[in-house]
Amino acid sequence: MAKSDILFYLATFLFCSGLLITFTKQNAIMILVGIELMLNAANLNLVVFNYQKQNLDGQLFALFIILVAVCEAAVGIAIILKTYHFYHTSVPDQINELKEKF
Amino acid sequence: MQEFVLYLFIVASVVSILIIILNRNVFYAALALLVCLISLAGIYALLNAEFLAITQLLIYVGGVMVLIIFGIMLTNRISGKPLYVKSQNWIAGISISVGLCAMIVYAYTPMTLQTSSANTAENHIQQIGKELMSTYAAPFELSGILLLVCLVGAALTASSFKKNTHG
Repeated sequence: MAKSDILFYLATFLFCSGLLITFTKQNAIMILVGIELMLNAANLNLVVFNYQKQNLDGQLFALFIILVAVCEAAVGIAIILKTYHFYHTSVPDQINELKEKF
Repeated sequence: MQEFVLYLFIVASVVSILIIILNRNVFYAALALLVCLISLAGIYALLNAEFLAITQLLIYVGGVMVLIIFGIMLTNRISGKPLYVKSQNWIAGISISVGLCAMIVYAYTPMTLQTSSANTAENHIQQIGKELMSTYAAPFELSGILLLVCLVGAALTASSFKKNTHG
């Protein structure tokens, strides 16, 4: 088995485990962790495919993916903190009302 | 030697992902994610993507992980008990993820790896700088605007600024 095949299977494993974490964990921060893992799987695939090419388009695409992931993590953590201060829980299933509690 | 280091990084990332999936403490999961991101940076560095490896270390390990650990600690502090996470939907999640994994592996045809010996390391970094300033200049500037908007929005969202109607 070639090196790029093993790295491809690693990327598949990363994506599927990120999906599994996003599905199963009952915590908003763990869902963010799962999304980060999926974005990293895409990055790893881009880098592995770019390794065989002469140009650097894959690496630059991965760079922009990292940038968008940072924005997503910052806004996500801010929203999680705000909802935690309001609902006193970080379980997404329990956050089910828009109205202010009285 | 290089192959051995690459396989070491692969095994480290797989083990840390299994730790993230299986344990219940959120803080340990964040530390395992740290190990996974560092080993991915090592894999990037071994695949002739040095600039991406440094960026991964600086931004993910230095930025995103600090944000996540801050989030865990801030949502931990109020309730006073350690943050254990429950799991749900194990059957649906495992079936969907294993099914997707099997589909991708089934659809994948193994490829031959042809390395280009012309691309050396410093050449890569110079090339990335030139491309960022010439071909990818518009996405580069737009990503700067996106970053500014996201950080200002995150700071405004997380701040405890209240309007007058709340008293």
